[in-house]
Amino acid sequence: MKKILIVGGGMGGTILANNLARRLRKEIDDGEVKLTMLSASDRHMYQPGLLYVAFGKMMPEELYRDQASLLEPGIDFHVDPVASFNLGESRVRTESDREYDYDYVAVATGSQAKPENVPGLMENCHHVYTEEAALKTWEALSNFEGGKVAVVTGVPHKCPMVPLEITFMMHDYFADRGILDKVDITYTYPIGRLHSLVNVGKWAQKEFDRMGINYETLFNAKEVDGKQVHSEEGSTVDYDLLIGIPPHKGMDVIEDNELGTSGWLPTDRATLNIEGHDNAFVLGDTTNLPISKAGSTAHYEAEVLGENIAAQVKYGRRVRDYDGKVFCFIEAGKDRATFASFNYTTPPDPQPPTETVHWFKLAYNRLYWNSVRGLL
Amino acid sequence: MSEPRIVDARGSFCPGPLMELIAAMKEIEVGDELEVLSTDAGSASDVPEWLDKVGHEQVANWEEDGVYHIRARKAK
Repeated sequence: MKKILIVGGGMGGTILANNLARRLRKEIDDGEVKLTMLSASDRHMYQPGLLYVAFGKMMPEELYRDQASLLEPGIDFHVDPVASFNLGESRVRTESDREYDYDYVAVATGSQAKPENVPGLMENCHHVYTEEAALKTWEALSNFEGGKVAVVTGVPHKCPMVPLEITFMMHDYFADRGILDKVDITYTYPIGRLHSLVNVGKWAQKEFDRMGINYETLFNAKEVDGKQVHSEEGSTVDYDLLIGIPPHKGMDVIEDNELGTSGWLPTDRATLNIEGHDNAFVLGDTTNLPISKAGSTAHYEAEVLGENIAAQVKYGRRVRDYDGKVFCFIEAGKDRATFASFNYTTPPDPQPPTETVHWFKLAYNRLYWNSVRGLL
Repeated sequence: MSEPRIVDARGSFCPGPLMELIAAMKEIEVGDELEVLSTDAGSASDVPEWLDKVGHEQVANWEEDGVYHIRARKAK
């Protein structure tokens, strides 16, 4: 029997598990393959929905499903997170002290927002990276009656469009409330333009100029002190309401096992192998690849690994390399959106935002539950 | 002096070489070196600009077979 172990029940792990279960249906039913998932939670959250919670447009309950309900039959699912990895001997030990050996393992443990890594940021900023924080952001935005709003972005961070999206959405939110003339928004960004993607940055700059949104680039928050944010570069931004995109780290189990600095696993950019381990793979936020930490990244990586691991089990050879593909919707306000699609060799060319793309994004917020089942 | 830590940001449009370097800079000690690899010609200027603004030291900057190498030392 071949044993395949998936560590992590987020978007990447779940798509991969369902993809493998379909490709290996006969082998699983015949007892020739055992497919096991170990996760930290019995619930699955649609994380991009938190941005909408922060504006009261989605309720938190809409973002959850029972994890077991998302999985294909035959997947052996346990809420029992891995505590230690022994990649050399192809086995892991869980927090309940159970041991699982494997022929193939895929690690998709994800990332975590760490606002506490910038002094003063956790105590003073609002963000959208947990349910509790998103609800508090909504409360703060709905109570805000005017003043200076600053948007501060840490490095690295999950979902690279959030800094722009939350800024555009705040602009329209305050306009709808009739207080835009009392609000002064300043968007900051760590590098010398408004977004990592050159074309997205150029487009955003025109939009910001049109909307009267201020911006300051080369701004990496060093500390938040009172009502000011001080940057590594020596500048200061004042605020009455601080929106933070906190710096992220990988999960503690990766660092605790000394597998990767800051919780990111060293990853082959084409095969998605954990470096030095032919039967171990990594996907989603957990990689140390220089690509966006985003749901679509995990999705595309999961499809590549699903094809490769299934083919390896059945035919002894793999199918294809991961090409670095990422696809990100970009909400450009309350009712317009565009998107960016790119890979290792081809930069994106975002088009002007439309209402159609915005509605497609809202549709995707519901279609996600088919996507994570591997149906879309 | 130990070998510089390599930050392989070839083919990275997002987050991009400079953002990768900023993240990696947090993970090394003062005095240690990084070498970022980039296929974006803009890195040859925007990485040194950031290093200069923050006060880190640029050790070397060269292009080889279409790959830009910028080596930096963490100064503070």
